Amino acid sequence: MPDTAGHAAAPAALAHHFDSLDQQREAATLGMWVFLVTEVLFFGGLFMVYTVYRAWYPEAFAAASHELDVVLGTVNTAVLITSSLTMALAVHAAQLDRRKLLMTFLLLTILLGVTFLGIKSVEYYHKFVEHHVPGPGFQFEKEYARHAQLFFSLYFIMTGLHALHMIIGIGIMLWMLRWAYRGVITAEYYSPIEISGLYWHFVDIVWIFLFPLLYLLGRHGH
Amino acid sequence: MATDDARLKPSRSMDTDATLGHHIVPTRIYYIIFGVLMLCTYLTVQIAFFDLGPLNTIAAVGIAVFKATLVVLFFMHVRYSSKLTTAVVIGSIFWLAILLALTMADYLTRIWRTYG
Repeated sequence: MPDTAGHAAAPAALAHHFDSLDQQREAATLGMWVFLVTEVLFFGGLFMVYTVYRAWYPEAFAAASHELDVVLGTVNTAVLITSSLTMALAVHAAQLDRRKLLMTFLLLTILLGVTFLGIKSVEYYHKFVEHHVPGPGFQFEKEYARHAQLFFSLYFIMTGLHALHMIIGIGIMLWMLRWAYRGVITAEYYSPIEISGLYWHFVDIVWIFLFPLLYLLGRHGH
Repeated sequence: MATDDARLKPSRSMDTDATLGHHIVPTRIYYIIFGVLMLCTYLTVQIAFFDLGPLNTIAAVGIAVFKATLVVLFFMHVRYSSKLTTAVVIGSIFWLAILLALTMADYLTRIWRTYG
């Protein structure tokens, strides 16, 4: 939108404490990024723990990683990357004021997110059946049992917190779908879609790191 | 208020369409990035099945960093955003690097492994 419109009458979407739509958008994006910095460090702490224990017990970690299903992990990676594409296309549709297209892409993003969680729950179920859930029922090759439990603790905490972020993300997308349906989202005011998208892509990035570190480290050998 | 507009306008990349207040990325770019991300996923899985010693980890993390960079620059529009936003993004990586580097500097240089 040309912000020259602001000279005559303030655009409807412009909050009174901003000078222009540009400045308003910039503030929203910056604010979201500041939140994402805290998220980077939140997950960063977990990656830190992973790095230390993997450096200490490489054999046990490789053996435990070998038990994860690499096919399901790869499919889920593809599902999540595709959902990032549909999210990016949703933002594009919002920028062009194409409401129906925006709703379609938001819906696709939600469906892909649900697919990811579905596949993840199948994986979790397998882990329960195989006694790979840390606790009194944990079973593993005797040699590595103790440290494999560390790996699976990290696996469940990291993928669990990631899944929680996915659930929150799907909730946000449902909210955005409602706003799009009600016509709240316009080409002037698409920041809600843009910053929800930033959150969605961030969650995708976390998985981009989780996938090789958890699923792929034990592929060769064993 | 109007006179402040120029000053408050965030600085932008060279390739930004100057007639628009915000940058609309052509969908073609999104599809290309998507293709590269999928290709990288395929590569990282394939590489993992070969025993390359320490290179396995370097390749896995290297490809993940490359993929994350593409997502940040294009899907998250950082390539087209203001210098201030870019500074915040780089700041997050910098602080994460402090966390990882200083902690590992400690763990890797002491004899901690007294149990297990």
